[in-house]
Amino acid sequence: MSEFKTLTKQGLWENNPALVQLLGLCPLLAVTASVTNALGLGLATLFVLIGSNITVSLVRQWVPQEIRIPVFVMVIATFVTIIQLLMNAYVYQLYQTLGIFIPLIVTNCAIIGRAEAYASKNKWNYAAIDGLMMGLGFAAVLVVLGGLREILGNGTLFDGAELLLGEWAKQLRIELFSLDYPLLLAILPPGAFIGMGFIIALKNRIDAKREELQASEKTVTRARVTAES
Amino acid sequence: MTLNSMQKNGLLLGLFALVSTGLVLGVEALTKEAIDEQQRAQTLASLNEIIPPTLHDNDLYHSCGLLSEPTLSQQPVPVYRGYLAGEPSALAVEAVAPNGYSGKIRLLVAIKPSGEVLGVRTLQHQETPGLGDKIEKQKSDWITSFAGKRLQSQDDERWAVQRDGGMFDQFTGATITPRAVVGAVKTATWYLQQNSTQLFQTSLPNCHSASEGESHE
Repeated sequence: MSEFKTLTKQGLWENNPALVQLLGLCPLLAVTASVTNALGLGLATLFVLIGSNITVSLVRQWVPQEIRIPVFVMVIATFVTIIQLLMNAYVYQLYQTLGIFIPLIVTNCAIIGRAEAYASKNKWNYAAIDGLMMGLGFAAVLVVLGGLREILGNGTLFDGAELLLGEWAKQLRIELFSLDYPLLLAILPPGAFIGMGFIIALKNRIDAKREELQASEKTVTRARVTAES
Repeated sequence: MTLNSMQKNGLLLGLFALVSTGLVLGVEALTKEAIDEQQRAQTLASLNEIIPPTLHDNDLYHSCGLLSEPTLSQQPVPVYRGYLAGEPSALAVEAVAPNGYSGKIRLLVAIKPSGEVLGVRTLQHQETPGLGDKIEKQKSDWITSFAGKRLQSQDDERWAVQRDGGMFDQFTGATITPRAVVGAVKTATWYLQQNSTQLFQTSLPNCHSASEGESHE
């Protein structure tokens, strides 16, 4: 159970693929112009990550060290192609919106990184959880950045959510304010870098604050100890 | 039988490749019908958008014929013919812009027999999200700027993006995509204008029976 806790913490926060490992930045920065796109790519990446992690973990005994990388690449490419075909068949509009970034999931280093660093060394159920948590961590950052950019650039949230979730999701769309001149910078690639910078800075700030708190707690206890002795 | 490690690894890699390919082929076979259906639905929706019901009373989708015309595309392209009370009223063709920013752009171009452009829609593309993908109707109204335009001659200078001295906007950060689209629409429109009478009269091989077994590459 503690392994499960560690994996959750690692994936979502301490070793977040996007915020700490800084992997998969190309799709992350490119598709986060809206929450819908971000969520779509986040989910696709999540499925690929879980699938490839489980498969890599299951075949790890049979794959010799020398050929592990080509095997991992094949496993990942297979999952991406399958996801791509399924999206093409069942969520066509979103498939068109995400376009080139679905096949490009193959090149997301976070996926082969997890296969190499975790799945190839651990049991399949742990590998699955690692995939799930890393995927969720990645998707969460995508969605936060997507939300940030969509609000600043468009004044909306969940615009086009029906492409991903079906007709009912049209109600999800929130118009926060309407802009005559949207903040183009937020939608364009530089906006993605700036937004990402702020999110990483915020995470580091929170970490620093927590460390400070822990440190001060420690000194307090020590002080009490010295006072007693 | 003894194998050295290199042979063993080679065989193992081959086995993995075989299994992966098998899986992908299986999923492709399962999804092929749904994917074709999606593409058909989309073509039909675009067709109905640019040729309004008031302009035709025949079944556009089944009016489709395959046209082999090297100036439009290497492969035969579908042509749709609209009639109103028996009279030719609209002509549409699936054109391909081969010079997009990332690969081919499939377009649908429709004109009136008089030569006026009824409308253009993007059917399929891989342009950069956020930049070149404004050629989609969902993303921007840009593609509707073709409606009502006419082509005066084959090298009509107004049919270019503004940066090249023409009358069509380019996008912030993306000129190649609109340039490719304008070029392809120009070629298709010119071809349709020049050959409209002929296209309405000749019988073309039926799209649906011919394309059934083929891929949409």
